[in-house]
Amino acid sequence: MKIVVPFKSVPDPYAGAGEAAKSVINPFDEIAIEEALRIRERGEASEIVGVTIGPPAVDEQIRSALAMGVDRALRIDDARALDPYAIARILRALIEKETPQVVLMGKQAIDDDSNQVGQMLAGLLGWPQATFVSKIELIENKTRLQCSRETDGGIEVIAITLPAIVTTDLRLNEPRYVSLPGLMKARKKPIEVFTCEQLGVSVAPLTTTLSTSRPPKRSGGTRVESVEELMVKLKQEAKVL
Amino acid sequence: MAETLVLIELDRQQVKRPSLHAIALARELGGEYALLILGSGLDEIAASLVAYGASAVVVADDPALAEPLADRYASVVADVARQRNVKTLLGTSSTFSKDILPRVAALLDAPMVTDVLALEKVDGANAYRRPINAGSMLATVKVDGDLRVLTARATAFEAPTADAAPPCPVESFKLDGAGLPDGMQFISREERISDRPDLTEARVVVSGGRPLKDPETFERLIGGLADALGGAVGATRAAVDAGMAPNDYQVGQTGKVVAPELYIAIGISGAIQHLAGIKDSRIIVAINKDPDAPIFQMATYGLVGDLHQIVPQLIEAIRQG
Ligand SMILES: Cc1cc2nc3c(=O)[nH]c(=O)nc-3n(C[C@H](O)[C@H](O)[C@H](O)COP(=O)(O)OP(=O)(O)OC[C@H]3O[C@@H](n4cnc5c(N)ncnc54)[C@H](O)[C@@H]3O)c2cc1C
Ligand SMILES: Nc1ncnc2c1ncn2[C@@H]1O[C@H](COP(=O)(O)O)[C@@H](O)[C@H]1O
Repeated sequence: MKIVVPFKSVPDPYAGAGEAAKSVINPFDEIAIEEALRIRERGEASEIVGVTIGPPAVDEQIRSALAMGVDRALRIDDARALDPYAIARILRALIEKETPQVVLMGKQAIDDDSNQVGQMLAGLLGWPQATFVSKIELIENKTRLQCSRETDGGIEVIAITLPAIVTTDLRLNEPRYVSLPGLMKARKKPIEVFTCEQLGVSVAPLTTTLSTSRPPKRSGGTRVESVEELMVKLKQEAKVL
Repeated sequence: MAETLVLIELDRQQVKRPSLHAIALARELGGEYALLILGSGLDEIAASLVAYGASAVVVADDPALAEPLADRYASVVADVARQRNVKTLLGTSSTFSKDILPRVAALLDAPMVTDVLALEKVDGANAYRRPINAGSMLATVKVDGDLRVLTARATAFEAPTADAAPPCPVESFKLDGAGLPDGMQFISREERISDRPDLTEARVVVSGGRPLKDPETFERLIGGLADALGGAVGATRAAVDAGMAPNDYQVGQTGKVVAPELYIAIGISGAIQHLAGIKDSRIIVAINKDPDAPIFQMATYGLVGDLHQIVPQLIEAIRQG
């Protein structure tokens, strides 16, 4: 069984305020890579292909994916500000070429916070989907997946027929650390680079960010010294009690 | 006539109240809007929706739609949108609409904007304001083409009031249940009976973080304070990861977004990913033993101290009235 893991390079969410954040693999995609590795380590998958769409600068995150243990890594060279639907259409072309049984990916890129690509890809391919997944099991002789999903109402369990798209939630697993020797070894592995033309797709984003701004800052706080003082403030000043 | 279609979410045969907030955005967009519900046995629910100023309540009622499976739901929603020549398909941000609507967008060959906070006019055309990077920035996004899919943040739009206008018609959407995609099968859903209000609708939310240690302590202190205030319970990712609280209690960038009158953060450091979910609360109270915890920079009232001492005192003080 082959698994394709699309991943995105994003600013490090743990960078301190004001610090210039270095790029990392989107945390949800790292969880997707980890899960693919575990499935392979259980002997249930034979090949894991990582794919990212971006400019040469993202090769560093591709190295991290290779160091974690993906078998092959592809980059679709595109430096444009693409939207989720454009990404989904490019990924569809790639998936049709690679013909995996499972596509494992993040539920959300933590920079654009869109939470769209996986579901769009599933729609384009006409494949079943399991989103926000916190547990995966291959069942029925590897023809279906049983997935637990984190929904607003609690955990939901569904079964989906392969080939299918799965998007990860935070509690699916804890990704392994990449060792330095692993990273060194990954430097020697090839990265396959394609253009959209080579894949036979021509897409343009349909959404454009016109401007960005900082949200109004919440001005903080009065310190209170005791529970009594807090109660007085909540009753008399805030009038919420 | 440009028509907007608003997807309304049901939960255990009831309308999910926050999903009605998208109606406020539909009204701002102008023109007619219809409401759409999917499920099985929907007569009563449909009747409860006729007074929201819509041109129609469209009902896709079939046993095959008893559970919200994305492949079938998306296919039906896309068919309704095509048949009605819809220009904007709207939902309210939730795991339900995030699961289904991007898939519908792909079926309709349309772009999508998630988590709309406000409608803006840029050079006379509609643009949508939305949070990015865990709410640390706001982006104004324009959309090309005739058709778009949007989700609205419930906390950014008011709940609609039922209209004085005469009730609108209920239209049944004819579908062939047996012909729907069937690659997905529902197995089970965690049933949790709680007397507490829904996190996203509560007037008061009490949330706990990592130092609550275990489910018992979490429930006694966070649950206890929430009950004294008639509020809902929330948690940080750290508390959920440690098994102190169920996943659907998580508040933040990748959990739920809340905007209660009163938010009480107990043993919570104030990571940007958590703050993303609480920023629009009217009053924020923080209780933390570290005077330098970032949460104090945005809390309306901060109390420095050990939660194990403070929270029982607070519960007692509230009970006293
Ligand atoms: C991709 C991604 C998505 C994320 N999404 C979310 C999300 O949606 N929601 C979310 O919450 N987090 C999210 N996080 C995690 C976030 O970055 C923080 O790690 C998390 O919010 C920290 O939780 P905490 O405040 O409970 O724990 P900590 O940061 O460990 O803080 C605990 C606090 O408790 C205080 N404390 C300790 N003992 C006591 C005591 N006895 N009395 C009083 N105070 C005490 C400490 O001073 C400290 O400030 C996400 C992270 C990533 C990378
Ligand atoms: N540029 C990209 N290259 C590869 N995969 C991507 C890219 N952008 C997004 N994705 C995938 O789509 C998921 C959801 O992204 P989004 O819909 O933008 O929140 C991410 O977690 C990735 O798995």
